[in-house]
Amino acid sequence: MTNILATLRAKAPSTALILGVFVVWEVACLAFGISDIVLPRPSQILATLWDRWPALWPHTYQTLYTTLVGFGWGVLIGVTLGVSIGSSRLAFETAYPLLVGISSIPKVAVVPIFVLWFGAGTVPAVLTAMIICIFPIVVNVATGIATVEPELEDVMKTLKASKLDILWNVGLPRAMPYFFASLKVAITLAFVGSVVAETVASNRGIGNMMMIASSSFNVPLVFAGLFILAGLGVMLYLIFSFIERRVTGWAHRKTDLAVTT
Amino acid sequence: MSAPAAILPDAPRATVPPPVIPRPLIELERVAVQFGKGEGAVRALAETDLRIEKGDFVALVGPSGCGKSTILKLVSGLLKPSAGNLFVAGREIGAEDVRIGMAYQNPTLLPWLTVRQNVMLPLKIVQPYRKHWRAKRNGEYREKAEALLAQVGLRGFGDKFPWQLSGGMMQRTNLCRALIHEPDLLLLDEPFGALDQFTREELWATMQDLWSTKRTTVLLVTHDLREAGYLANRICVMSARPGRILEDCAVDFARPRSMDLLYTPGFVALTQRLRELIIGVRTAATL
Repeated sequence: MTNILATLRAKAPSTALILGVFVVWEVACLAFGISDIVLPRPSQILATLWDRWPALWPHTYQTLYTTLVGFGWGVLIGVTLGVSIGSSRLAFETAYPLLVGISSIPKVAVVPIFVLWFGAGTVPAVLTAMIICIFPIVVNVATGIATVEPELEDVMKTLKASKLDILWNVGLPRAMPYFFASLKVAITLAFVGSVVAETVASNRGIGNMMMIASSSFNVPLVFAGLFILAGLGVMLYLIFSFIERRVTGWAHRKTDLAVTT
Repeated sequence: MSAPAAILPDAPRATVPPPVIPRPLIELERVAVQFGKGEGAVRALAETDLRIEKGDFVALVGPSGCGKSTILKLVSGLLKPSAGNLFVAGREIGAEDVRIGMAYQNPTLLPWLTVRQNVMLPLKIVQPYRKHWRAKRNGEYREKAEALLAQVGLRGFGDKFPWQLSGGMMQRTNLCRALIHEPDLLLLDEPFGALDQFTREELWATMQDLWSTKRTTVLLVTHDLREAGYLANRICVMSARPGRILEDCAVDFARPRSMDLLYTPGFVALTQRLRELIIGVRTAATL
């Protein structure tokens, strides 16, 4: 019981801030008489969400689906690339400039190319989500593996550990905190990717729904789309933070547990 | 102090054909090391001869940058000599079956493993332990690690994580990790350098204790002349870069040595002589 209270107390400021933003928003809209075509009030947006949920659900599902599939492939490819680049200096120095080059392309710009190749619909959204989240994963995993302390590597080498032994026992566990940090970035980026692709070329998904709603000046519905995206993003972020804390607790050490001689 | 290592029988060693003449464990014959080529080349080690007998405890001292650590890297096989011959256990380096343990100043413990798991890491990597890893990691190997931890004064700390330990305790754990696979040769690169005076002296005593029970051949690189004098059987003084061995002196104080030894006239005279040698080397290098 005290635990729950302590958690509540710790979370109280951030919760208060979030609620405060919505309250200020609501009050400001009412006080200044802002039209709901410019900026709808949070209460209007929530009402729209409630009323239109049956129609919004298929779009939500589509966006979640493309994002997660793209993210899954992104993680798979990102980890593979990151491990291979991180475990060899030659590969690191060879591939890194290319990766930086690719990453500096605005991913939005490749959506038309994907549409050209695969047509409008699910595939470009998945691909965009994938390509946008590969880079942070590659860089983080590679960094985690490549920055093993040289002394530790010497110790392992004098034990006649193979490259694979070092990777498995030292490199990969060491890269885990970096990997999870990148996952939290990547999952939010994946949403950006899929929504952008849906906006450009799709007939389903939140991005597409928001495009149609804005062309008919249904601004509360546009904002409802934003709320859904924010909700999904936060939900997935929380899931990955939870897994992160479970898997890499050692990296978030608590000093109060320390013992001294 | 009893030897907990004796609880367990020695691991079977790979059979080495008996050499005709007993040779020292380590032999450096006119070994030189040079980094880079041509104009910009740096000679790290001049032609050096060094022989270390099995079971000996040798300390390398000298001014910084003189190639002490280079010798350690040569012996461990991390570095190839540019010239000369290097034999470990009578064989050219690289082909040998010699088991080596290594400890640096930085304890480099793996933060995601407990102290016990850290100590057991070499058993997971080094043959012949490796092939029994799955079967013995929760039995024999675990007890072996616990016994070693108890010997260095870390009984009951096996389940702690490295970040829960003090610097001295981490370095004790590091020593255990370097010794768990019963190496033929223990290489220490200023292992006590980052510790405070009192912790360092405690660890010297622990190290002497470990050496007395295990009789592992030890090569210790250090800046600390008192440390060298207290721990080693032989002290090799090295010149400034490019390093070579200037003086090889035996330290024959009776063992076990106590901390009081450090304040006896004989010990003070020894460290003073070594100090003058090194200072002489330093001034010669700057002139």
